[in-house]
Amino acid sequence: MSRRDLDQEPRPPGLRGATRVLLERELDLAWGGGGGPLLACGFFACLTAILPLAAGGDPRTLGPVAGGVAWLALALASLLSLERLFERDMEDGGLDLLALGHLSLEQVVLIKALAQWVAVGLPLALTAPVAALALGLPASLTPLVALTALIGGAGFAFTGALGAALALGAKRGGLLIAVVVLPLFIPPVVFGAGALERAGSDQPVGPALALLCAYVLFAAVIAPFAGAAAVRNAQG
Amino acid sequence: MIHTLTLSDLTVSRGERRLFHDLDLTLRAGEVLALTGANGAGKTSLLRAIAGLLRPDAGTVGFQDGDGNPLDERQARGREVHFLGHLDGLKGGRTAREELGFQCDWLGHTQYGLDHAVEAFGLKPLLDLEVRRLSAGQRRRLAMGRLVGSPRALWLLDEPMAPLDARWREAFAEQMQRHLDADGLIVAAVHDPLPLPTRTLDLGALT
Repeated sequence: MSRRDLDQEPRPPGLRGATRVLLERELDLAWGGGGGPLLACGFFACLTAILPLAAGGDPRTLGPVAGGVAWLALALASLLSLERLFERDMEDGGLDLLALGHLSLEQVVLIKALAQWVAVGLPLALTAPVAALALGLPASLTPLVALTALIGGAGFAFTGALGAALALGAKRGGLLIAVVVLPLFIPPVVFGAGALERAGSDQPVGPALALLCAYVLFAAVIAPFAGAAAVRNAQG
Repeated sequence: MIHTLTLSDLTVSRGERRLFHDLDLTLRAGEVLALTGANGAGKTSLLRAIAGLLRPDAGTVGFQDGDGNPLDERQARGREVHFLGHLDGLKGGRTAREELGFQCDWLGHTQYGLDHAVEAFGLKPLLDLEVRRLSAGQRRRLAMGRLVGSPRALWLLDEPMAPLDARWREAFAEQMQRHLDADGLIVAAVHDPLPLPTRTLDLGALT
């Protein structure tokens, strides 16, 4: 390398450039090698297929709980790939590399959570209508199921990223993440299932959707800061 | 650009054990500092403290530009510092090309630097292989690619030569010399002496 080359400013990736390269990498890691999101979708579909078999297919028993069960299954399926979100980068030194980039760790956590949403939340939202039909929800509700699952998936991704960062370095981190994160998943489950229930009885769904969105915004603001603090702490 | 690295009264512990205390040091452009000391003496911890990955108990790590003005720490580390430890951050399931590309994109690169990195460390035949198929030495060469691909002033290296064979040790020494000639700084934890004129800090002798 000549002196001229070192003086020449390295082309900084900039905010958008760095966001793009990290997002691409995260999506590639999520989809490459094992297809984690497909596993989550399979798990989701299995859970919702088992319930009618376990509880009997009678629409009168199944109908009132279908929305709630669909959301419970969605929350559990969202947990599956969280363990690898930061742990993988911690184990192989990737977090050190990410910490020395142009973006702050807060931005890194935000981008990783967004990637988690796109890689896992989106496929789950696409699976959700199928699961809802399996549980006996009326077909007219399926667009609303997909929409609420998509919005709720963002909330799961942000709070999940926070939980994954908090569990860094712990043995049996996956289990710890579940225990930390599941209580935080209660609000979106309540609001999401509530929206379905209200739609089922011809009431307006606006309030429940608004609360769901409010939860997502809240999580999106808190998770990057708290998550970055947890990552710094785990690094030393 | 970082011209001077200044450590003042730096004290670092791991758990209950104090590794070193009140360390003062100034390293200027074009200089190499070799950190020596037994296993567990704190070489890696000192490198991590300089990189900002480990909070020191006391003291400061400062960076100054050529005129002696202090640089913003966060910005200096995000733009001017390379840290290459035992763990290289390479993902086994991706190809060497993808990983080198990502690391250099993330850290900021020049096209010249990227081409030069591939050439300097003989990476061309490795680029289409998955990282998990590389040997330890090949993997280290790939990780070193980012040092050259993304020009940053301060290199923090943790036993960089360990997995390399004689030929690539020589090639890496050449890259270190080029870096120093371009007013770079290097701090390296080593067991075997580096093939360059260095200043030496024996961490074992401090405690």
